[in-house]
Amino acid sequence: MSKGNLSTAVKNGAGCLLAEVPLLGYGEYAEGLLAEVSAGNRVAACFGHAGEEGLEIFAVVARDWQGDLALLRTRIGERFASLTPRCPQLQVFEREIAEQFGVVPEGHPWFKPVRFHQSWREGKDAWGRKSNRHPVPGKMDFYRVEGEEVHEVAVGPVHAGVIEPGHFRFQCHGERVMHLEVSLGYQHRGVERLLAAGPHATTSHQVETAAGDTTIGHMIAYCQAVEALAGVAPSPRADRIRSIALELERLANHVGDLGALAGDVGFLPTASFCGRLRGDFLNMSAALCGSRFGRGLVRPGGCGFDLDPALAGDLRGRLETAAREVRGAVNLFFDSPSVLSRLEGTGKVTAEVAEELGLVGVAAKASALVRDSRLHHPQGAYRDSFDSVIIEDGGDVFARAHVRRREITASLDIVRELLSRLPGGELRVPVGPLRPSALAVSLAEGWRGEIVHVAMTDETGRFSRYKIVDPSFHNWSGLAMALRNEQISDFPLCNKSFNLSYCGFDL
Amino acid sequence: MLKIVRERWRQGHRTGKFPREAPVLPERFRGLPRIEASRCPEGCRECLAACPYGAVTAGEEGLALDMGRCLFCAECAAACPHGALAFSTDYRLASRTREGLRVDTGGYSPAAALEARMKKLFGRSLKLRQVSAGGCNACEADVNVLSTLVFDLGRFGVQFVASPRHADGLLVTGPVTKNMKSALLATYAAVPEPKLVIASGACALGGGPFRDASEQHNGIGDLLPVDLYIPGCPPHPYTTLDGLLRLLGRL
Repeated sequence: MSKGNLSTAVKNGAGCLLAEVPLLGYGEYAEGLLAEVSAGNRVAACFGHAGEEGLEIFAVVARDWQGDLALLRTRIGERFASLTPRCPQLQVFEREIAEQFGVVPEGHPWFKPVRFHQSWREGKDAWGRKSNRHPVPGKMDFYRVEGEEVHEVAVGPVHAGVIEPGHFRFQCHGERVMHLEVSLGYQHRGVERLLAAGPHATTSHQVETAAGDTTIGHMIAYCQAVEALAGVAPSPRADRIRSIALELERLANHVGDLGALAGDVGFLPTASFCGRLRGDFLNMSAALCGSRFGRGLVRPGGCGFDLDPALAGDLRGRLETAAREVRGAVNLFFDSPSVLSRLEGTGKVTAEVAEELGLVGVAAKASALVRDSRLHHPQGAYRDSFDSVIIEDGGDVFARAHVRRREITASLDIVRELLSRLPGGELRVPVGPLRPSALAVSLAEGWRGEIVHVAMTDETGRFSRYKIVDPSFHNWSGLAMALRNEQISDFPLCNKSFNLSYCGFDL
Repeated sequence: MLKIVRERWRQGHRTGKFPREAPVLPERFRGLPRIEASRCPEGCRECLAACPYGAVTAGEEGLALDMGRCLFCAECAAACPHGALAFSTDYRLASRTREGLRVDTGGYSPAAALEARMKKLFGRSLKLRQVSAGGCNACEADVNVLSTLVFDLGRFGVQFVASPRHADGLLVTGPVTKNMKSALLATYAAVPEPKLVIASGACALGGGPFRDASEQHNGIGDLLPVDLYIPGCPPHPYTTLDGLLRLLGRL
């Protein structure tokens, strides 16, 4: 307990009884939350939960430099005072609560649907839409700039490349973008509602595909939450295998992203080299568990596949070859003045804006924010070994690319170290029933950034609420800000420099 | 420039020799199921209980596995104490028909080629528009990878294009979310006739891990006429490539 018992503090991968989180009046809750944020902390998750006596709101505040997470809890009626005007990083969280439960955050300056689904409480809709009909995706009031020479560009949901769907609305003056609005929800599969009342036999598969390119990241977060509630811990061996897989996932995606950035600026050598090298890392994951995306590897209690010395030796060899070739391909990219002139100064997000929006991961680190849950909230194999976060201070496309370049080097070192000494221990320990009427918070640093899972159980030990926050949930607003006053033709480059997940946001 | 040439030389020629040489997949890869119903003792239902998607069935015709519902997680094989069900590393899984995805003791027959007229039209040049309708970006990523130099899809005359107006068909991934249904149908309508539809991945085939969930349509089967089904979660790029080449009568 801290700050006059306004909140309860837990560590990453730990839980507490629901009764241990004090239920605050809304005013107390608001002041407590705003005080935490003005003390330099940030909102990792904020979500509604339909309790027996009404709708409750839980906020998880990451106190990075204390290494813990503060939990605040309140109860609301049909309307509540929006905190977004005083704390912009809450803006999507409050819209999400409104959409899911049909309540209205009064005074919200940007009050629009997030995913275009029907409210979870029948007959309640925050926008007064007909409750018997499925909402039409993209049907909302877009921000518009009026003027004789102002024009609007609408893109999507189906885009030109082989990518996920989403809708982008640009307000332009000539080539210059005055404002970009991102409207998503096309990928909404209802993941959070499917996880409720679980764990089910389908739960692991649904978590693995919450954002399919971050299978390992989401599964580690899920397993940590379940293990916290069941009171078991995976063996150090299983922890290490998980971390190896998480870093391989980071390597594959960062290498792929640098290749895609090279493609977007028309620098084809790096684009084609990295396109192949990304596959080499995916194939290492496949050697480990049979799936290029790590399906089936991370399971509650440990891992589904072991790493014997022969396979470890094989992976070490492949890692060194890939490391050498990635270095060559990536150095070529960063040594070319024509490339740098396209990256530098494009799509800038200042540290102040990044902090206000609560950005995480690559986007935050590129704007000089030290945010990495492997450092602040370490779990598993990172507990004693991870001691430095890579940051850049430009906030532009170059900075986001360069964070990736340096994280590739760092991840290669981590995998080398982890492969060099695998401790013994059970591959997978049995996971018993979950603690009833409890809550667990779990963070994992996926390749895009911090993944947050919050699991709450009812009195029978089933999930009464399962909350997922993909890093993209925070970061799409960062992309919108990066486009301000940029050329519209730089959108693909800016977009790729963030490379956010549509389905991770839409869930 | 010299640096680029030197690096190009260092990176070497890396395009795979497929289809001349079969690719080597990792030992732990889970591909075509192998079923030996004769090993099943009377009344054993262990494997059926292990699959929450109903992919494994045991009717009068014996044990069978529907690859259209399978995520290739191999929980069923792990649950079988009699060795009646196992997953091989055979990556050839695609089928022209939904029924063709059913594997039993008799195995499965690979996808047949298009009929003569369509083969004449598309056999040497096929342009596809990809639509993700709730895909998790794993299927999409492993479709994208076909255009990299390892697989080099272009050498077979197959290419992904930006507009449905320029396409000969669609390759659809994802369970088809309610929010993507109309965009998917509009994209299909925009493709000129005659056209092909390819369903790729467990979600597009039957909803995948989201089967019977309320926000999706259990794949594209009820919405569009499908010419090729590619199983997997996600399908391995070689599974997709094999399927495409068989469809075009090139294998």
